[in-house]
Amino acid sequence: MSQLTESAAGFQKPLLSQGSRSILLHVGIVILLFLLYFALPVYHSGNLARILVLAVFAMGYNVLFGYTGLLSLGHALFFASGMYGFGLAIQFIDVVPIVAIIIGLLSAVVVSVVVGILALRTTGVAFMIVTLMFAQAGYLTVLLFGEYTRGDEGFNIHRSDRVLFGFDLSQATNRYFCALILFAICFFLTAWLVHSRFGKTLVAIRENEERARMLGYDIQRHKLIAVIISGALSGAAGVAYALLFGYAGASFAAVQYSILPLLYVLLGGAGTTIGPLIGTVFMFYLIDLSSDLASAYLSSEFASAYMLIAGIVLILLTLFAPQGFAGLLRSKCKWLP
Amino acid sequence: MSLISTRGLSKNYAGLQAVSNVDFNLPEGQVRALIGPNGAGKTTFVGMLSGRIKSSSGSVIFSEKDITKLPAHKRMTMGMAYTFQITSVFSKLSVHENVALAARRVIRDKPSVVNAKVTSVLEKVYLADRYDQIAGDLSYGHQRLLEIGMGLAQSPKLFILDEPTQGLSATEVEGFIELIRVLSENTTILLIEHNMDVVMKAAHYITVLNFGEILAEGTPDEIRANQSVQTAYLGSH
Ligand SMILES: Nc1ncnc2c1ncn2[C@@H]1O[C@H](COP(=O)(O)OP(=O)(O)O)[C@@H](O)[C@H]1O
Ligand SMILES: [Mg+2]
Repeated sequence: MSQLTESAAGFQKPLLSQGSRSILLHVGIVILLFLLYFALPVYHSGNLARILVLAVFAMGYNVLFGYTGLLSLGHALFFASGMYGFGLAIQFIDVVPIVAIIIGLLSAVVVSVVVGILALRTTGVAFMIVTLMFAQAGYLTVLLFGEYTRGDEGFNIHRSDRVLFGFDLSQATNRYFCALILFAICFFLTAWLVHSRFGKTLVAIRENEERARMLGYDIQRHKLIAVIISGALSGAAGVAYALLFGYAGASFAAVQYSILPLLYVLLGGAGTTIGPLIGTVFMFYLIDLSSDLASAYLSSEFASAYMLIAGIVLILLTLFAPQGFAGLLRSKCKWLP
Repeated sequence: MSLISTRGLSKNYAGLQAVSNVDFNLPEGQVRALIGPNGAGKTTFVGMLSGRIKSSSGSVIFSEKDITKLPAHKRMTMGMAYTFQITSVFSKLSVHENVALAARRVIRDKPSVVNAKVTSVLEKVYLADRYDQIAGDLSYGHQRLLEIGMGLAQSPKLFILDEPTQGLSATEVEGFIELIRVLSENTTILLIEHNMDVVMKAAHYITVLNFGEILAEGTPDEIRANQSVQTAYLGSH
């Protein structure tokens, strides 16, 4: 009997409010990622640094796709704007890394303002096509100025240019923790954003744009700000990629880098804060594993069969978990942000 | 003192004259019913008041300002609220969040202030016990009430409702009439309504639209007695 009343009281007043559970989850994940570096073998912790940077890219994509409901096929442009803004500044103007980082971020913001203003004149499929065209134009621009960008071949960023506040970022530990700090900032930022009134309005626009407009919300303004936030986060990922891994190349401006964040977010769970990380980890290892498989069991001509294996797994996932991993989790725990 | 008025307001849909040359005045504080047969142009007309539909010609004046060229969201921020003929709520979000989205646009304050508003609105529309439900899981009638609640949460000066009682049960309709009575103490209401019982009980004044033109205007008794209205509308029921 006393047990019964106890559980009834427990039901009425959960141990932790929704908000503090969410904070605990986010802080917990960052602590886990911190500890993982010491627990994992070097090969995997190296991968994880790359995954964290790509997860920032995915989080940026998620703001627009997952929360605002706008499907862009041109996010490689924002990633590449950050990457080349930083890379070219450090290569050709004699600036310290922190200034180049700011230049990289600003390039991504400027590009997303321009793309946002123009692409948001369209909706739906037209929006997808317009963003794709902008990204292709960006890719071609990188190739066109091959004299500076070295086109597909790309260029390395000198080790001496990858020192930030005295930390040499070509060194594995520094690199990992720099990636983790960036990830944590963006992770908390998006978690805060989606709980803010602005974030909730984005969800309203995603769910029923006409109703949101007739509640008095300025839809175009909200969408434009969402594009800029999304572009800025993607650009930050691009800057970090060049800074941490010391390389900028045209392949990062190509169409597969527009598709990848979409896949990360779909797999992990669109419109969830932890989805992008889950999706990026999964996708990274899926490609890694299937290329191992392909090269182990197939002759080298078929090594690119990894794309086939990855593709099949993706199709199975979209069939059986259309909401992504975090979406599956959320159907169990409703409080997941 | 007109809260909203139109001069020569017209809408032409690729050759079809849905609304033609309407001069309309709605005094502050009034409950006005807009009636007329299907296809008379009622939805189109209120769509042009709210900015959801672009007018072909004519002008709309709200609170003494010409709002003809203003987009819909700006008109809403000036103190309008609008419910759709075909229920439109955020069906994947909770009942609470639906109303909170409406309240948050108006109340730029702490979440606790918004929550207090949401709670009081949900009580008014008889949905207080469904706070946590997903809006799409509500019955059709409850979704209509929710949408009305979203309008209330904006504390509008002018509340436009397009066939709000469609699909409500008899008791829900009674509740709605009572709601309008309470609301009309500080809100001007423009109501498109097919249920003549609601019109006669709730409206102070009636405008009859037929073939996109105003056929008659008057008090409920005057309209009931009007011969041309009888033939155009009431008789055809
Ligand atoms: N988007 C549209 N395109 C073309 N014709 C329309 C459109 N919307 C309404 N109409 C036509 O305009 C007329 C008035 O429609 P409506 O305003 O919905 O009438 P009511 O609300 O009085 O039933 C009807 O003949 C309808 O078919
Ligand atoms: Mg209608």
